[in-house]
Amino acid sequence: MDLQTYQSNDPIAWCPGCGNFGILTALKKALLNLDLPPKDVLLVSGIGQAAKLPHYIKSNCFNGLHGRALPAAAGAKIANPALTVIVTTGDGDCYGEGGNHFIHNIRRNVDITVIVHNNQIYGLTKGQASPTTDTGFTTNMQPNGVVLEPFHGVAVAIALGAGFVARGYSGHSDALSDLIVKGVRHRGFSLIEVLQPCVTFNHRNTYRWYSERLYRLEDEKDYDPRNKMRAVGKAFEWGDKIPEGVFYEEIKDDYAQKTGLADRPHLVDETVNAGEIFKELIDVFI
Amino acid sequence: MRSELMIRVTGEAGQGLKTIGNLLCKIFRRSGWNLFANQDYMSRIRGGNNFFQIRVSNKPVCCTREKCDLIVALDKDSVGIHRKDLNESGRMIADLQKFGIENDPQYIDIPLFDIAQKIGGNDIYINSVACGMISALAGVNFASVKKELEMTFARKGADIIEKNIHAAFSGYEKVNSQAKDCGFVLKEDPEKTGMLIDGNDAIGISAIVSGCKFYSGYPMTPSTGIMEFIARYADRFNIVVEQAEDEIAAVNMVIGASYAGVRSMTSTSGGGFALMTEALSLAGMTETPIVIVDAQRPGPATGFPTRTEQADIDFLINAGHGEFARAVLSPGTIEEAFYLTNKAFYLADKYQIPVLLMTDQHLADSYRNVDLFDISRINNEHFIISKEASVHVNNYKRYALTQTGISPRAIPSWIADVIYADSDEHTEEGHITEDADVRIQMVQKRFYKKMEGLQQEVEEPVAYKVDDADMILIGYGSTFGAINEVCRSETNLGFIHLPQVWPFPASRFQQLIKKGKKLLTVEGNAGGKLAKLIKMETCIEVNGSILRYDGRPINRDYLLSKLAEELKHGSSNLSK
Repeated sequence: MDLQTYQSNDPIAWCPGCGNFGILTALKKALLNLDLPPKDVLLVSGIGQAAKLPHYIKSNCFNGLHGRALPAAAGAKIANPALTVIVTTGDGDCYGEGGNHFIHNIRRNVDITVIVHNNQIYGLTKGQASPTTDTGFTTNMQPNGVVLEPFHGVAVAIALGAGFVARGYSGHSDALSDLIVKGVRHRGFSLIEVLQPCVTFNHRNTYRWYSERLYRLEDEKDYDPRNKMRAVGKAFEWGDKIPEGVFYEEIKDDYAQKTGLADRPHLVDETVNAGEIFKELIDVFI
Repeated sequence: MRSELMIRVTGEAGQGLKTIGNLLCKIFRRSGWNLFANQDYMSRIRGGNNFFQIRVSNKPVCCTREKCDLIVALDKDSVGIHRKDLNESGRMIADLQKFGIENDPQYIDIPLFDIAQKIGGNDIYINSVACGMISALAGVNFASVKKELEMTFARKGADIIEKNIHAAFSGYEKVNSQAKDCGFVLKEDPEKTGMLIDGNDAIGISAIVSGCKFYSGYPMTPSTGIMEFIARYADRFNIVVEQAEDEIAAVNMVIGASYAGVRSMTSTSGGGFALMTEALSLAGMTETPIVIVDAQRPGPATGFPTRTEQADIDFLINAGHGEFARAVLSPGTIEEAFYLTNKAFYLADKYQIPVLLMTDQHLADSYRNVDLFDISRINNEHFIISKEASVHVNNYKRYALTQTGISPRAIPSWIADVIYADSDEHTEEGHITEDADVRIQMVQKRFYKKMEGLQQEVEEPVAYKVDDADMILIGYGSTFGAINEVCRSETNLGFIHLPQVWPFPASRFQQLIKKGKKLLTVEGNAGGKLAKLIKMETCIEVNGSILRYDGRPINRDYLLSKLAEELKHGSSNLSK
C-alpha cells in the first residue's frame, strides 16, 4: 500500500487554497501509517465542506445529514467493529446543528475518531457566523458583529470526559497526521479539532494569522496531557497564543468494553435461529 | 351463570393497578377463559384516576365494552367517577365505610383496607384482597389464585407470598359469606388458549426472531414497551439496545448500524416520529433499510400522552421531504403485529427502504389470549451479498441501476471494494452529482420502480361478507377488534380491514367494493383520514365515517351505538 491506495476518482469541489486539502493529505498519510486497507475504513460525515471529504479518499463512506454524522458513526461502529470509523465534520455540523450528539457521544464513548474542521465560518452557505466565530466578527448575517460567545469544543470535550482531545492545524500536515494516528489508536471517542483557514469567507483567521500564534504543547515545559485541570486551562487559551497538540489523554473503557460487547461476536456476523429463539421468548407468555 | 364478564379495577396511579390487572388476567387464563384487557392511565406517577379492565368470556373476544359488570374501586374518587359505567345488574366493590360513602343496592361494602392492614400491615395488600374477591365472584377455584400469586411474587420471598395468599383468601372468603349470589359465576365452558400477550411484546418478540440486532430509541409512551422488551433479552441474544439522547440520534444510529450491515429498528410515538422525518428521507435517499414503529397517541404536540388515536396515517404516508418509496403497515390485532413486524423487516431489507409499522396505544397496551404464533410464517430471507461472495466483489456500485430499482447491497468490511453512500443526489458509484439525467434515473429507481415492486407484495385486505351485507365497515389498525366482533354478531354488516395502507391496495379494494353497498369508515381520528385516502387512491367515495377522537378506543358498545345513530339519522351526522 502507498498513498495512491487511498486515491479517489471523484473530482474535488473545494476552493483552491482551502485548508481542507491539508487535512485530506494528513488523513491519507495517517491511514497509510496505520496500515489500514480502504475496505476496513469508514468515513462518516454530515453536511458542509468538511463533510465532502469522504468522497475524495478511497474508503467506505456514509455522507448523511447535517449535524447527524456522530450518531450514524456510532451505530455503524457498534454494528460492525471491524470498521475503523472516522468522522469528518465541521464547526457548524458538529458544534452547531449536531451539538447534542457531540455532548452525548462523548459520554457514550464509542471507539470513533472525530475530526472537526474548524474554520470559524460557514463556507457552504457563503459566510455566516459559525459556533466558533470570534465575537465582534462581522458577516452579511451579523452586520453588527457576532454577539454570541464562541464554543470551545476542546474544553467541552475535556469537561465531558473524552479520553483523547487534540488540536491540529491544516497548515501543519505532518503534525496533524500524527495526531490522527494517535486519535485512531486511542480506544474510545477521540476528538481532533483542526484549525483551518477559509480563504474565501474568513479574512481574519488566515494562514498568516495562525502561523503567528500557534505553538506546540509538547514544546511547553512539563506539559502533561494526563493533567485534566491543566488541559482545561490550555483549552481556553485563545488570542495571541494558540496551543496545538494533544491536550488531554486518558485510558478508559470504551462503550464496547463497558457493555460487554467487546467480548461478544460482532453483530454483523450473527446468524439468527428464529425457531430456537422463539421457543425461549414465548415461554413467559404461555 | 354468565358466558361473559366485564371487570374493571380502578384507583390512583401508584396503587398497583397493573399488578392486580396482570394477576387477574393470568388467573382467568389459567382457568381456561378468553380475555381482552386494556389499561386507561393518566400521564402521572402518583394520584389521578387510572383503571385496568378485563373482558372475560367463554368465546374469543377482540375488544372491551363500555359498561361493566363488576368494578373494584380502590380509592374514594373512583367510586363516583365509575358509578355511571356499571350496567344495570352490575356491582361495585369498595371500602365504603372508610371512604364515607352511603351504601347503595349496587355497592358491596368490604373493609379492604382493614383486611390489608391486619394481614400485611400495608395498604398495598388491598390488591390481593380484591383479587380474591373477584375470583370468588366469578367462581374461579382458589387453587388457581394461589398458584398465580406464588408465581407473581416468587422473587419477593416466602413471607410476602404468604401474606398475599392470606390477603387474597380473606377477600375470597368475605365474598363467599357476604356477596355470594351476585350472579357473576362464569359458565364452565373454557376453550383452549395459547398465549397471553400485548401488542408491544408481540412486536418485540417478532423483532428479535426477525434478526433485529440493533435497536436505538428515546422513551416515549406508548412505544416504550418494545424497547424494554428487547432490552430484557439483549445480552441473551447479542442485541444492542441503546437509549439515544433524542429521536434524531436514535434513527440516525439505526441508519448507521443498518448501513454497516445489521437489521435495525426504532420505535416512538407521533412527536418523536416528527423529529425522525429528516432521517426517514435520508433512509429513502441512501437506500438504507430501517424499521420504525409509530405507536400513535393523540396529538397535536404532547396531546394525551397515555391515550389512543389513529391520526398519524396521512403523516406516515407523507412524512419526509422529497419523493421515495416506503411501506406503511397497520396491524389490527396482536397476531398481525407479530407477523407484520417480520414483514416490515423483510420489505425494508428487500427494497432497501424505510418501513413504518403503525400501531396505537390501544394495540400496544392491550392484552389478549391469542393462538400460539406460527413461527413457520416468519420469513428471514436476507437480501445482501453474502460474506463469502463479498470477497470477490470489485468495482462495486452501491446504486447500480437495475430493472427493479434494487441494487445489490454489499456490507462494508466484507467486500473487497469500498461503498459510497450519500444523502446528496449521487451517481451509481455513490458520489455527489448535479447531473440532470442521473437525477431522473435515480428518482425513478428510488421512487417509481421500488413502489412498483412494493405494490406486488401489499398485504391483502381482510374482507368479511362484502358480497352479502348491505353495509360495509372499513378500518385499519386497532379498530379491527370492535369491527370484527360487531360484524360477526350483527346481521347485514360486512367489513374490510386494511393491515397495510401504503402502498394502498387500490385494485384489490376496488374489486371488494360491490355496487349499492353503504360504506362507512371506522376511525380513531377527527378527520376521516382513511375515507380521504380511499377517495384519493380509488376514487371511491364512502357514505360516511364513524369517528372517535376523545382519546379512548373504539370498542364494541361505542361502535354499536354509533351504528344505531346511523340507522336513525343517516350518515350525514357521523363525520362530525
